[in-house]
Amino acid sequence: MTDLAPLDVAPVRDETTALSTQPTPPQPPARGIARTARYAWRRLTSMRTALLLLSLLALAAIPGTLLPQRGLNAVKVDDYIAAHPHLGPLLDRLSLFDVFAAPWFAAIYLLLFISLTGCLIPRIRLHARALRRRPPAAPRNLSRLTVSSRWSVDAAPEDVVRACRQVLRRDRWRADVRDEGNGSASVAAEKGYLRETGNLVFHVALVALLAGIALGGLFGYKGTVLVVQGQAFANVRSSYDVFEPSRLYSDSSLAPFSFALDRFSATYEPDGTPHTFDALVRYTSRPGAATSTHHIEVNHPLHAASANVYLVGHGYALHIQVRDPHGRLVYDSATPFLPDTSMFASHGVVKVPDGLPHQLGLTGFFYPTYVSTPAGPDSAYPAPRDPVLLLAAWRGDLGLDKAAQSVYSLPVASLKHIANAELSPGESWRLPDGTRVSFVGVDQWATFQVAHDPGNKLMLVAAAFIIAGLLLSLRIRRRRFWIRAAPAPTDADGGRTVVEAAGLARTDSDRFATEFAELLQRFGAPTPAATEED
Amino acid sequence: VPGTSIDLGLAHTSDQLLFWAVLAYAISMLGYAAEFAFDRRSARAIDSTAGMSRSRRAGVVAVVLTIAGWALHVGSVTARGLSVHRVPWGNMYEFSSMVSLVAVTVFLVLLTRQPVRFLGLFVMAPVVLYLGLAGTVLYANAGPLVPALNSYWIKIHVVAAITASGAFLVSGVLTVLYLLKERWERRVVSLGPGAAAVVEVGAPPAEEVPGSRRGGLMAWLPDAARLDRLAYGVVSFAFPIWTFAIIAGAIWAEQAWSRAWGWDPKETWSFITWLAYAAYLHARATAGWRGRRAAVLSLIGFGCLMVDYYVVNTVITGLHSYAGVS
Repeated sequence: MTDLAPLDVAPVRDETTALSTQPTPPQPPARGIARTARYAWRRLTSMRTALLLLSLLALAAIPGTLLPQRGLNAVKVDDYIAAHPHLGPLLDRLSLFDVFAAPWFAAIYLLLFISLTGCLIPRIRLHARALRRRPPAAPRNLSRLTVSSRWSVDAAPEDVVRACRQVLRRDRWRADVRDEGNGSASVAAEKGYLRETGNLVFHVALVALLAGIALGGLFGYKGTVLVVQGQAFANVRSSYDVFEPSRLYSDSSLAPFSFALDRFSATYEPDGTPHTFDALVRYTSRPGAATSTHHIEVNHPLHAASANVYLVGHGYALHIQVRDPHGRLVYDSATPFLPDTSMFASHGVVKVPDGLPHQLGLTGFFYPTYVSTPAGPDSAYPAPRDPVLLLAAWRGDLGLDKAAQSVYSLPVASLKHIANAELSPGESWRLPDGTRVSFVGVDQWATFQVAHDPGNKLMLVAAAFIIAGLLLSLRIRRRRFWIRAAPAPTDADGGRTVVEAAGLARTDSDRFATEFAELLQRFGAPTPAATEED
Repeated sequence: VPGTSIDLGLAHTSDQLLFWAVLAYAISMLGYAAEFAFDRRSARAIDSTAGMSRSRRAGVVAVVLTIAGWALHVGSVTARGLSVHRVPWGNMYEFSSMVSLVAVTVFLVLLTRQPVRFLGLFVMAPVVLYLGLAGTVLYANAGPLVPALNSYWIKIHVVAAITASGAFLVSGVLTVLYLLKERWERRVVSLGPGAAAVVEVGAPPAEEVPGSRRGGLMAWLPDAARLDRLAYGVVSFAFPIWTFAIIAGAIWAEQAWSRAWGWDPKETWSFITWLAYAAYLHARATAGWRGRRAAVLSLIGFGCLMVDYYVVNTVITGLHSYAGVS
């Protein structure tokens, strides 16, 4: 916890001068298990340990930014391990490719939070007590404090003290008058309790933030789905291409919404860098509910029932038709092609298992703006200015009844190559056996990520309290002020009252000195206070 | 067609203004140096009040030049924004320019509250270097934003990050000065009582005694305790803003990337920076860690900040790859 170490100027740690509820440093243990345990606990919850764990956490996070991480890019991790056959597996065993999910990383932050909790609980108790209590009484010798002053007046001690209390109360000090006997009286005042309140709020909010993260990690889900323009998605587990449930997820947390992608549009700069993406969807919160239209853009997810729908990718879907030699339609679909370059040179596959004498496969390369380069055909611009589809036709057993295979690949090794063609939209191609392949047109697809994180709200609230607590604990100054009025010893100036004032501030002593001087002026002290720096 | 609306004339004006701003800053730096030099000379000739006033005049001229440079700098940033019809912090060049602008602003604001003209030299030097680097190595032509950056959060998240960074730059400078001064003070004390007087008379060869007129810069600086308090004051201003920048970034990430936190390298280094400054704040309240050790933690925090901006943007690939440096 920041703030409030024992004050250098007050060597004696007593309740009056310690402006803090920070516990005293632990003493070495005496004998006995219970004592050792208590010592270990105090050690764990000490500021020094917190400091050590903070530094350790920072150090532990560094490899996670230097080595590829599975959570960010699993392919890069595999590449790295392949490139470093000796070092790679060793690093893998140490969880260095999953740093932020590693047991040792978790150990550090859990210890940190245990240490924090152990430190917080007694401090909350102490602070609650301090909030209810009167400000601590004035120390006997006020002139020993760093900021102090002394003068004499004609008014009676009680009147001096009452007037001072009024001024202090008006300035929202917590002020308390004490009768000290022998005709003398004192005011003890304190201000800036919010500093410690903010400090405690900040640290409690950190724990709440961690709870929010845990909530999301235990009950959330996310999944991605590719939707071709004109098609629809319903939020059931089987519609996802990739689905990542959390540990305690159950299918019942899938809200029954659905949406259809009416139109996807992308615009680009002259050099081909993207300018805008916009997916226009028709959304239904549950079967039978009213439909509404929404634009999902890169920074504007759709807030569906209990989940958000994000636009995460896009590409071209090529509308391809295949007719058998008699002209019967055996394949008619907008087939998604996956982009390979930033200019959207893409690849894809058409599989026609039924309706023809032989199973037919087509592998294709698509170039939205076709150019011929020495290295082969390529795309010069991501928008379809001059779309060209290169197709290769294959015949044989596509192997669809065997193992599951990707819709984007074809087992060409076991197939017979028939012919190649280059098509523009609207063109057709007749294979040697009379089968006709038509490139009808260019459609688009978009990939959406659906994410449900039940911890988000808690995290947001915690974050707000973190900021508020931090501002209070760093901006508010805690300070104490005492004033004592006593009848002067008769032999000196008889009948007068000697007034002594002193103050104590832990932070920003320059400003406190000014504040102290201003207060004294308002109490009618003759000269500016004699102040020193610490 | 998008992207054709860039006002190249204004973009050019922005570059010109930045050049003049850097020039003004550089000359003001000389002014601050002159203030110190004259002050030192006047201290040697004990009766010279002429040297004293000349010193002050140099300092005032330097401050005026800093303000002029600041105005030109504001003009440069504004022209850049107007030329591309967007916030002028979309790539690393613009970002660096903004961070320096904030650093100068923090210095000027501090100047209205406390006598910190001594800082002029030490703030202007990194600012001039930083702007020189930004204008050459990091320079990116005026251009529009990529869609990922096209959100009102760029105003909130990035402004907070820039403000905190500019302030951390100033606190970093103060911390370095603190460490130097603290070491100097310890050496003077180790010479025993009367060392300062000995130094004044010049009895031992002046070169060998720390705190001699040779090390006059150290003597001229405010005492270590004050530097430490100033550095802490600036960090305690910047740290909540940095925290806010990270939180605003998480909220933006939740909207743009479907998760608030994903341990992207930029996120992770921002977090490491946050931890380092948090450690500094704790260390200041921990017996045995106050002073020098805490100061070192603060400098480590600043180092992490630099890694966060420059190494992460240029060497490590992540989601925050908007550097615009090729």
